[in-house]
Amino acid sequence: MSLDISFIGVLIGSIMASSVPLILAASGELITERSGVLNLGVEGMMIIGAISGFALMVITDNLFIAIIGSMLSGVIISLIFGFLTQSLLTNHVATGLALTIFGIGLSAMLGKNFVGIPGKDFPILFSSLRESIPFFGPILFGHSIVLYFAFALPFLTNYFLKKTKLGLVVRAVGDSPVSASNQGINVILVRYCCILYGGGMCGLAGAYLSLIYTPQWIENMTAGRGWIALALVVFATWSPIKVLIGAIIFGGISILQLHMQAIGFRIPVQFLIALPYLMTIIVLVVISRDSRKIKLNTPTSLGRIFYKEK
Amino acid sequence: MEDLLIKIEKRNDVPTTLYFFTPFIAIILTIIGGGIIFYTLGFNPIEALKFYFITPISNLYGFSELLLKATPLCLIAIGLSFCFKSNNWNIGAEGQLTFGAIVGGGVALLFYNQEGFYILPLIIIAGAIGGMIFALIPAILKTYFNTNEILVSLMLVYVSKLILDYLVVGPWSNPEGFNFPETRQFSDSARMPLLFEGLRIHAGIFIALAAVFVSWFVLYKTYLGFQIKVSGLSLKTAKYAGFKGKTMILIVFMISGACAGMAGVGEITGPIGQLHRMISPDYGFTAIIVAFLGRLNPFGIIFASLVVSLTYLGAETAQIFLQIPQYTGQVFQGMILFFLLASDYLLFFKIKFQNFNKNELRH
Repeated sequence: MSLDISFIGVLIGSIMASSVPLILAASGELITERSGVLNLGVEGMMIIGAISGFALMVITDNLFIAIIGSMLSGVIISLIFGFLTQSLLTNHVATGLALTIFGIGLSAMLGKNFVGIPGKDFPILFSSLRESIPFFGPILFGHSIVLYFAFALPFLTNYFLKKTKLGLVVRAVGDSPVSASNQGINVILVRYCCILYGGGMCGLAGAYLSLIYTPQWIENMTAGRGWIALALVVFATWSPIKVLIGAIIFGGISILQLHMQAIGFRIPVQFLIALPYLMTIIVLVVISRDSRKIKLNTPTSLGRIFYKEK
Repeated sequence: MEDLLIKIEKRNDVPTTLYFFTPFIAIILTIIGGGIIFYTLGFNPIEALKFYFITPISNLYGFSELLLKATPLCLIAIGLSFCFKSNNWNIGAEGQLTFGAIVGGGVALLFYNQEGFYILPLIIIAGAIGGMIFALIPAILKTYFNTNEILVSLMLVYVSKLILDYLVVGPWSNPEGFNFPETRQFSDSARMPLLFEGLRIHAGIFIALAAVFVSWFVLYKTYLGFQIKVSGLSLKTAKYAGFKGKTMILIVFMISGACAGMAGVGEITGPIGQLHRMISPDYGFTAIIVAFLGRLNPFGIIFASLVVSLTYLGAETAQIFLQIPQYTGQVFQGMILFFLLASDYLLFFKIKFQNFNKNELRH
């Protein structure tokens, strides 16, 4: 295999593209989890976003509507989760699992008539620069607008959580809902907003898959990426910037295993695919051993039900 | 002027009848919800629901299929009930099932050209040990490293599926199999005996039924069961009473893993007869729904496993007659859990409707 410099540029570009759905979904889930809500429905929300984005693209022939619609459908489906966990005080884990199972089933049902329809070319920005600049061209240019948004999102999320008042409110609700509530913060409302935001981002992540990455609808096309995104949030110890780094590592593994398969590399492909999961477990062990370390970033009330006597 | 006032009050204790009654409400709401979804997709809802819930079990073969699919669901859910009752969130039963099938399948492949009565019991034991070992990973990490068992058990599901994939493509693939991703067929001695000629229902159902009885005995008649239930209700009380929390976590995970492992063995030695990539249609995840729907009660779980098994069968029938994807089974499974969780609200809160006259207030 020739490892010339332009090939490496193209390789990095494709790694970036494969990490986009992970960044989007994980950044959304990160906000949800920072508010103290553990939503295991990421996979379900992503796949609903994927089918609604694709279906809207076919029906309206308008990519803008498709993208916005996919985010909205992610919001709507996450509203089920929000209503159950926040208003009816159901268990987060069970509700999230139900959401994933339900989402995969519903997407297949809705997508029945959209199987086999070819996708549409998504507009690419700066495509002339991509060809003219060696190495940096394929890395920096010639991507969809969603990719640029995804790479900015972790920094925006970081800014939001650390520098804005609302971000502080989200963190307060996640770390100590009781004291936040005593301060006059509407804990349930904040959590609702964070859940819906997470749903929107997961919807967008799904639409990225069905409209841009592999522009078509395939049943179960998210193929476990939602679970990787969930793992990623833990892997990143709830820090947005580390989500970006982790997504590039996990995305990179998925691209590298394709190339390694092609050149007949000796390590079994399955081992490479399993790496993100194994690395997440190792990170979990390392951060959980030291109780100070896990307290640093982990939302203290993650997954716990908050109920205020009225 | 009359005004309706709804008042919500927290209950002090949960009424038992309501506790076992709400699953039925959830099932009825799911059927209604399914009808609405069928209607919006342009099907006659009554007819579609008939294809879904009646047609599959209208003959003997269908009934045998119902029991066939309920067997692994029931067995796994029984194991999970030990974990959930003691507040251990093992959601990786699918991984434990897969790893149990790998270990059990490995033993079956060792004896692929031999016959003997001892082979099948060996496979079952191997499968149980495989599942147990795999469940011990999140349990040990939880007890000694304080790691979240939800995430670890979930991650391990994918790891186990990749190990299986590696084995059936690579070292264990059938040498005469034209590179198909599957192992040799197991020998006849390595297969679960069929109960009736021409039907697929096999002896694995007795393992599930035995598990139901044993779990009932352990949970309700032994000190261990008492410890499990107390720590589920209040960890503080359990600690105060001097229960060994760490040992108990390991035990419930081992029970759960062994059950899932045996369920995996039941599949590969029963209807499948070899190892390949698709040994389970997510039984390990669906069994979580079964455990909840059965209220973590051994006999409730039998009933719940039959209901959820029917959603699998209904999805297959609907695929044939209505040309809708088989994934619709998951719509029903998801809905059952949604409605069940939602109806739990009735358990913890009393909703009071009060009629009163506004004029009365003025006096």
